[in-house]
Amino acid sequence: MNFLKISKIEKENEFVKTFYFSFSLNSKPGQFVMLWIPGIDQKPFSIAHDDGQTFGLTIFKRGALTEKLFEMNAGDRVGISGPYGTFFTVQPNTHYIMIAGGYGAAPLGFLAEKVTKEKNVKIDFIAGARSAENLLFEERLLKIPNLTLHITTDDGSKGHKGYVTDLLSNIINVDSCKNLVVTCGPELMQKKVIDCCNQYNVDCEVSIERYMKCGIGVCGQCAVDDLGICMCTEGPVVKRELANKIIEFGKYYRDKAGEKIFF
Amino acid sequence: MLETSFLNKQFTNPLVLASGILGVTAASLNNVIKNGAGGVTVKSISLEPRTGHPNPTMVPYKHFFINAVGLANPGIEKAIEELIKFKKLSNAPLIGSIFAGTPEEFGEITERICEAPIDFLEVDISCPNVSREFGDPFAYSVSAVEKITKSVKIKSKVPISIKLSPNAWNIDAIAKAAEASGANAITAVNTISGMMIDVHARRPVLHNKQGGISGPALFPIALKCVYDIFKAVKIPIIGTGGVTTGEDALAMIMAGATLVGVGSAVYFRGVDCFAKITSEMEEIMKEEKIKSLDEIKGVAHS
Repeated sequence: MNFLKISKIEKENEFVKTFYFSFSLNSKPGQFVMLWIPGIDQKPFSIAHDDGQTFGLTIFKRGALTEKLFEMNAGDRVGISGPYGTFFTVQPNTHYIMIAGGYGAAPLGFLAEKVTKEKNVKIDFIAGARSAENLLFEERLLKIPNLTLHITTDDGSKGHKGYVTDLLSNIINVDSCKNLVVTCGPELMQKKVIDCCNQYNVDCEVSIERYMKCGIGVCGQCAVDDLGICMCTEGPVVKRELANKIIEFGKYYRDKAGEKIFF
Repeated sequence: MLETSFLNKQFTNPLVLASGILGVTAASLNNVIKNGAGGVTVKSISLEPRTGHPNPTMVPYKHFFINAVGLANPGIEKAIEELIKFKKLSNAPLIGSIFAGTPEEFGEITERICEAPIDFLEVDISCPNVSREFGDPFAYSVSAVEKITKSVKIKSKVPISIKLSPNAWNIDAIAKAAEASGANAITAVNTISGMMIDVHARRPVLHNKQGGISGPALFPIALKCVYDIFKAVKIPIIGTGGVTTGEDALAMIMAGATLVGVGSAVYFRGVDCFAKITSEMEEIMKEEKIKSLDEIKGVAHS
């Protein structure tokens, strides 16, 4: 555990801020850290940015821990442990199709910045949000070479009116080189993405979020049915073949007591 | 070579998953069996669901592990579904685990959990992390242990094992009281009470401030408890506490344990620690010409 100073805070929108730390975390896109505020709580957060010297966490305000965090300023300290978990594949000669629902744009933005440095890579980035003001990282994504941004909003306030999956089949079809679909966002959206990849037999990696306590494969809180493997150590990023074996994927998850909650 | 009989039930090897580790779901318990455990203990269950303490609840260090999860569990009704499901996934022996706030409640939850296909019932009277909630831990009081053991025994359809605390200075007397009140076995030990402070945060690392220490640092303490209990009682012992290697497991058996609980080793050596430990046990047994575990059970006392 490192007790780190927040070096910079950027407001992404009304409910979302990115907290930067000048610390060499050496994480890979898709991994997460545990963030601790003493006396409040400790939770997992996926890493939205890491250039080797500085890393950033893009955080949505939604509970006691994040409310406290949103009151903090640069110079205040929090406990960080990690990085933990599996990560997305970074490889050359690939057509990446990145599908981000809402805050899923954070780790995928980090991934896009990594893979664009590989040889012969093309990225189609489909970012979906409820409405235009909920879109994240549009500016950041547009700066990335070899990346085409496709925007969808549920209400049609920007880009295509509808869902990210509406665009997916066209993008998979038109390309002849090696496709790799990666997705992060609401689970029901991810399930549709996987179904589509199963249909076209395209490689896919998905980030599965489960309620975590220890983050190190011991408590068993994030074990998935029926494999019984922990998503904190054997996830959060899993390949399509493994995701297809997780029978609860797209159906239910467990809360902090261990009770099943259906989507 | 490692086959073990415990209260007339056959175990392929003496290693059982200790309660509280990877024990939330049936699939997770089955994954532990696939990784070489001879049996499993489910995470302790209460009548009502509990969300447990806020995080941090489990923090690893080099030689130990500190936790205060606060007995999070989905409550008996939902937990039964997982126990039933486990028996569909695996034939391995299943140890149920319960806790409650009063002897009456212990009786009530025993009745409920016996609706599930468990082979044994472990009675957690020694969790160090909820003491203020339930008054003084029962594990330090001979009269409390007698009352709880009797109220569980009268309702239980399966053999019961009372899980004791290494914090009890009189653990052998407590074990004797449990035996006299009808316990079929003793699980020794639970975690030992402890604390860690983050010097940069200037605060205890656990949200609950104090917690239970497990892992290698607990091993010699647990070993002595098992040794003392073996002298005091005739019922079998599940020796638990910091077992991480085949050598540790064999030492537990030489101190008098019949089964050996393994928990924090999952962190120190991975979920396949069960297979690693059993293969180390076999290696040492071959080297020392030990043919069966019966041959060495309690041998350290002679």
